[in-house]
Amino acid sequence: MAGIEIRNLRKQFGDLHAVDGVDLSIRDGEFLVLLGSSGSGKTTLLRMIAGLERPTAGEIHIGGERVDGDVPPRARGIAMVFQSYALYPHRTVFQNIAFPLEAVRTPRKEIEEKVRWAADMFSITRYLDRYPRQLSGGERQRVALCRALVRDPKVFLLDEPLANLDAKLRNTARDDLKRFQRQIQTTTVYVTHDQVEAMGLGDRIVVMEHGKVRQVGTPQEVYEDPVDTFVATFVGQPPMNLLDLRDPSLAAGTLVGFRPEHLLPRSVFGPGEDLRTVRFAVRRVEYLGSDRYVYGSVLESAAPDATVIAKLPATIALAIPEGETHEFAVPRRLLRYFDAASGLRRRP
Amino acid sequence: MTPRRTLADREDVLGGVMLTPALAYVILLVGVPFVLAIVLSFSDATAGSLRFGWAGVRNYAAILADPIFLRALRNTAVVTIGSQLLVVVLATAAAQVFRATFRGKRFARFVLLLPWAVPVSLAAIAWTWIFDSTFSVINWTLKAAGLLHGWLYWLGEPALALLAIIIVQAWRIFPFATVIVLAGLSSIPQEIVEAAIVDGAGFWRRLFQVELPLLLPVVTVAVLFGVVYTATDLGVVYILTGGGPANTTHVLPTLAFQRGILGADLGQGAAIAVFLLPFLIVVAFAMLRLARRAEVGA
Repeated sequence: MAGIEIRNLRKQFGDLHAVDGVDLSIRDGEFLVLLGSSGSGKTTLLRMIAGLERPTAGEIHIGGERVDGDVPPRARGIAMVFQSYALYPHRTVFQNIAFPLEAVRTPRKEIEEKVRWAADMFSITRYLDRYPRQLSGGERQRVALCRALVRDPKVFLLDEPLANLDAKLRNTARDDLKRFQRQIQTTTVYVTHDQVEAMGLGDRIVVMEHGKVRQVGTPQEVYEDPVDTFVATFVGQPPMNLLDLRDPSLAAGTLVGFRPEHLLPRSVFGPGEDLRTVRFAVRRVEYLGSDRYVYGSVLESAAPDATVIAKLPATIALAIPEGETHEFAVPRRLLRYFDAASGLRRRP
Repeated sequence: MTPRRTLADREDVLGGVMLTPALAYVILLVGVPFVLAIVLSFSDATAGSLRFGWAGVRNYAAILADPIFLRALRNTAVVTIGSQLLVVVLATAAAQVFRATFRGKRFARFVLLLPWAVPVSLAAIAWTWIFDSTFSVINWTLKAAGLLHGWLYWLGEPALALLAIIIVQAWRIFPFATVIVLAGLSSIPQEIVEAAIVDGAGFWRRLFQVELPLLLPVVTVAVLFGVVYTATDLGVVYILTGGGPANTTHVLPTLAFQRGILGADLGQGAAIAVFLLPFLIVVAFAMLRLARRAEVGA
């Protein structure tokens, strides 16, 4: 059990600043998700915590012990699950899970016990004699988790462990993972580019971009109160709408942001609500079963061509004819304001 | 109007046309000599005449009763196995070195590949000087280092001569094997090696429990090639020792050449050469099975 402290961590590959001054404090037992697109530095950050990559500058402390520098991966008390699972193809499932225990010369009997305990936990006991190639993706992923678990690590490092699973499996695997982490209460750092995974798994999310941390917060904070336009558009699907509404009550160069699910036909709101009403020229309506996506443009906007998306739940049965202009509205308390030049959040 | 079907559209004909040159090559230059060798081994044909008489198994009976042949058979096995063992160890070690990045790596790799590029005869002549009874560089070095007190007559003593042959054969195949092992190493996914590092495995554990098992199919291929090249090689032994001293270092190809061509007894020469066949077939099958097993992971 241990937290992780990261101070001003940097990693340069030639001219590229893969990780560019990251400060992060990961609490003991926390499930922390590093979220970013490819090239954001999230994987490099994880690999530096693991000791697979040497920082150019900065400090890493795991459980109060400084580990950057010459502490090798095996002495850091970490376990890692790779995107490809990195199972040893020539070893059976049992031998795969036993490998880290053999590496520290655990007695045979204890290995047997620990492997069975871990395999039991992920219900893969019946596969122990098989080879990785005889397993499905989901089973391999569980073997990889078992191999990480038997080491009884202080910290789990997971590098997109669900990315290679098909969409159906991913939901159950996500649920399994979260339950498992709650049960063993080990500090976990999880890297993903999938914001749904990040929102669903993380106690806190770290949004990264170009090697820098843009925001750290709970899924709710990151979604509802993004600190800048990058986070606002990166988290959430479809992304937050950002418009310059040329509102005289706002300072010049202020972008107004609102989530697609908050832009609804004026008529669905009650009379007492404080609304910001816009004229919405509807181009196309996409029927998605539980939702309707309405694509169009807002006529008040400084850039009237920019596409704005409204997400209407199926409970709103109102007909929205394409090619017509409708009155839509957003409750004012749900509007977010950003500085157009810096992209930073601004108070109205 | 539909365009006419040309030759290129007719897969049935095209396949045959494309295969013919390769097939002709294999039949004329591999198949015919092979069958001829087997036929000759049952004849009393000589190099001096066109007479061709049936000799039954007389040639085989003669060579099996011949201690020189039995010695050559044993030597072939010893040289092949010994040199390949040496090659596997050296190639694995060299591949580890060449995987690291260091200054002058390109040049080192070029030097490494030289033995492979040098013609066998040329290399063998150079080695005769290295092993020369008077000027041996090896002896000189060992003496200078204080490791040798007497004098080694490398090519003059049967055991040493055989060792010399093994060294040269290993030297010749080792660059090729190193390149193959390097290719095999780079085909091991980086994540698997990193997983082993994170799992706490040190260098030796990684080498013996992760990398070498994963390399096995590739190393097998290298050894298979090495066995074929070494067992069938005439040049090294012929130039280095000529089968001497006193016919103690003959291998099957040199003995077949001596008896069949120099001694003009084509029948016996062919019979000796044919003895390579079961040897190579057994080895090839064993290797391919091993490679398959490593692939299936049984």
